[in-house]
Amino acid sequence: MERQFPPVTQTAMASLALIVAGGIYLSAHLPNHVSLTPAVILLVLSVLLMAWNMLSLTRVQDFAWGRFFTVARWSMLAYAVTAGLIEFVFVRNHVSGGVLVVLTLSVVVYAIHVPTLIGFTVARYYEGPDA
Amino acid sequence: MSSVAADPPADAGAGTTAAVAGPPHGAPVIPDFEIVPRGGLVLAGVVLVALVVAVATNGIWGLEFMHVAFGAAWTTIDLFMGFVLGPILGHMSVQARIELSTRLMPKMLVIMPAVVTATLVGGWQLSTKLGTNQQAFVNHGWVVASMIVVGVMAILALGLLEPANIAVLIELKKKRPRPDVIEHLMKRFIYCSGVIGALQIATLVIMTKLAS
Repeated sequence: MERQFPPVTQTAMASLALIVAGGIYLSAHLPNHVSLTPAVILLVLSVLLMAWNMLSLTRVQDFAWGRFFTVARWSMLAYAVTAGLIEFVFVRNHVSGGVLVVLTLSVVVYAIHVPTLIGFTVARYYEGPDA
Repeated sequence: MSSVAADPPADAGAGTTAAVAGPPHGAPVIPDFEIVPRGGLVLAGVVLVALVVAVATNGIWGLEFMHVAFGAAWTTIDLFMGFVLGPILGHMSVQARIELSTRLMPKMLVIMPAVVTATLVGGWQLSTKLGTNQQAFVNHGWVVASMIVVGVMAILALGLLEPANIAVLIELKKKRPRPDVIEHLMKRFIYCSGVIGALQIATLVIMTKLAS
């Protein structure tokens, strides 16, 4: 029988959808100044979902943490590179102030949550010594 | 090399479960492969360096090259994977499917992130330079529509496709890979490719509208 896990994939996708929505909201109003409140709310919700996801994972019995960290660490390296490129474009285009903070934190969520999801997807099917 | 654990399932002979589980007389052989091809990483690095140069210099030609060339590659690969290779893969023998997967999926693992990053970063910079991401642009609604389509594709690719790709490869590296896990993940990969392929048609419609 397949083991039961918390809805990590669904939660991570919802979290990513929230930061994508925030990014689109900000981008769609260029160059006008627009209220940051909706983007901040979306970001906060996204961070909360990420935190909830991490907490849910820590409560899983006999989870293959060794395999999880091996995969997540290398994935994080790869996604840090793409996140850095995205950030470079923001800075190159003189994005600043609150918008830069919101976008940077959104990129951080992306660079943490996607590797977490990849690590989880691999580790959930692992039945090794650390599982 | 290793072989897939191939106890025939109860419903052997029906659908893809049987195909993945393999024939009862002899488990499929899994060829040796690199999960992340190192040579491909070098090429991906070259693409990303070229992208940084294109953005830093901010020249039209460089940015258009990154956006159009890699965008065309992204669209074509997704359409091909979703509507041509995906359905074929579902009807191949276990051995053929494993051999194709162990050769194709490591390459996809390196190619797709580089292609997608080059397309999106190059596209955003080009859009900023041309002013097409400004509200005053006549087709601004279409630009926002493209962001939404790309956003949905990104969520599907990052949330479902990429993790499934990596998990299948790691499963195939085990001494005794589990056919049910491979089948489950491959199904996810193929269905997701199909949905993303359909969204790429929307991208084609939007991009041709913006370019005309």
